[in-house]
Amino acid sequence: MPQILTGDGTKTWMLRDRKSQFTRWGAWMIGTIIFLWCWKQISDATTWFFVWDAPRIAADIGGRAIPPRWSYMEKLWEPLWDTLNIATLGTFFALLMAVPVAFLAARNTTPSALLIRPIALLIIVSTRSINSLIWALLLVAILGPGVFAGMIAIAIRSIGFCAKLLYEAIEEIDTKQVEAITATGASRWQVMAYGIVPQIMPAFAGIAVFRWDINIRESTVLGLVGAGGIGLQLKGSLDTLAWPQVTLILIVIFGTVIISEWISAKVRGAII
Amino acid sequence: MSVALSERVGREWRKPPFIKRAWLRWALLIGAVVYFIAALSSLDVNWSRVYEGLERGWKFVVAFSSPDFSSRAADIKEGMIESAIMSIAATVVGIVLSVPVALGAARNIAPLPIYLICRGIVALSRALNEIIVAILLVAIFGFGPLAGFLTLSFASIGFLAKLLAEDIEDLDRSQAEAVKATGASWSQWINYGIQPQVMPRLIGLSMYRLDINFRESAILGLVGAGGIGATLNTAFDRYEFDTAAAILLIIIAVVMVLEYLSGIIRARVQ
Repeated sequence: MPQILTGDGTKTWMLRDRKSQFTRWGAWMIGTIIFLWCWKQISDATTWFFVWDAPRIAADIGGRAIPPRWSYMEKLWEPLWDTLNIATLGTFFALLMAVPVAFLAARNTTPSALLIRPIALLIIVSTRSINSLIWALLLVAILGPGVFAGMIAIAIRSIGFCAKLLYEAIEEIDTKQVEAITATGASRWQVMAYGIVPQIMPAFAGIAVFRWDINIRESTVLGLVGAGGIGLQLKGSLDTLAWPQVTLILIVIFGTVIISEWISAKVRGAII
Repeated sequence: MSVALSERVGREWRKPPFIKRAWLRWALLIGAVVYFIAALSSLDVNWSRVYEGLERGWKFVVAFSSPDFSSRAADIKEGMIESAIMSIAATVVGIVLSVPVALGAARNIAPLPIYLICRGIVALSRALNEIIVAILLVAIFGFGPLAGFLTLSFASIGFLAKLLAEDIEDLDRSQAEAVKATGASWSQWINYGIQPQVMPRLIGLSMYRLDINFRESAILGLVGAGGIGATLNTAFDRYEFDTAAAILLIIIAVVMVLEYLSGIIRARVQ
């Protein structure tokens, strides 16, 4: 809002008038105070002696970690396969559960906007807001440690994510096609199969691959709480301070993540 | 209509397949089946252990109906405040650091060497999982919220810089050129030609990242990097499912409120 301001007789262009300028300064000040207060809390909870010591420790760890123990690789193939399975099967089961939830949550397909939609939305929010590591922690306590707990954790965590994106895609579909199918006298299920599903299929495939990529990243660390995969090896190596093995595992994880991102980008490029 | 429709038009209509190339469709299908058999056979599930665990699982579900907020109220409060502090501070630092990285990672602004360096930073920050970074930083800086704060800041840089850089690459060139044509210096060009165009997006992304940082801060405590995660972990270790349920409910509530707020803010600025 360009403003004309008169100061000693001359007129100057200003971006904002006095009032909005003051409000902005006030907002910035409050923001800065909040940040500084947060920083003070963090600083109070920190042992600064350790922090000043950090460069030495980092150099020390780096020195120990540097030649990665390549021979350890032969023990990593199986955990890597487990990690892949956790991510892939987890995504698969998540999609199986996410599709009905998404149809129940989308405004245009839900059977009851008053009763069922809020339940579906609650499922989406609650599964989405809890990290897969927490799900894994919980499931390891319930189901016992292993790949199975990791898989279920990934599956539960992904339901909300997939269902949210999918129901947004369902709400954005072209209603003309649905009407055309309805006009032929199709039943509710036929409308769904011929009017809605073909329209959301590309979005569905995109979401599946996207989530699979995220799940690969997440499944690499699930082992830290005992839920199988390469994280288990990472935890073992960290606990025994076997830094060369840690380096190798980190390299492997990094490589896996890059490859999975590449695959997902390729597939999404092919779909869209 | 004595003759069936299919006889008149030749062949019946079929739904077109999603993947048009037949060989690719079959290859994917067979590959998926083979993979599933291999994966499921390597997945050994101890069903008796699972069966035993179901009772405990049921206890947890029951605990959700009677969450215990009171007996560890002090711990929960402390943990939540620490999580909030960590996520706010990390979001601020993340924004401040991600802006220059984003400018460098936008191909239409930055020269190639800077572009490559900034893209490298983004890729590194995104590829490393928060937990792994947190483990390393805890090993280096010691236990406490500082390690968590640094982890979240580092993760925020990659996230914000990538999405902001994409937005800068998509901006309207004519506005930026108009500012340049007035003889503006580089910083003026950025400030008046580019910043106003990406500001709404930056605000939206920052709110979204605050939300993510809070969610992530809930797990950093598992590896000793401060926040509510430590309290949660203790609750699980002691099988105090009612306290764990209370913490999870608080996390869900906070995330819902944040998501709602960020929705309002994003709708207002965009």
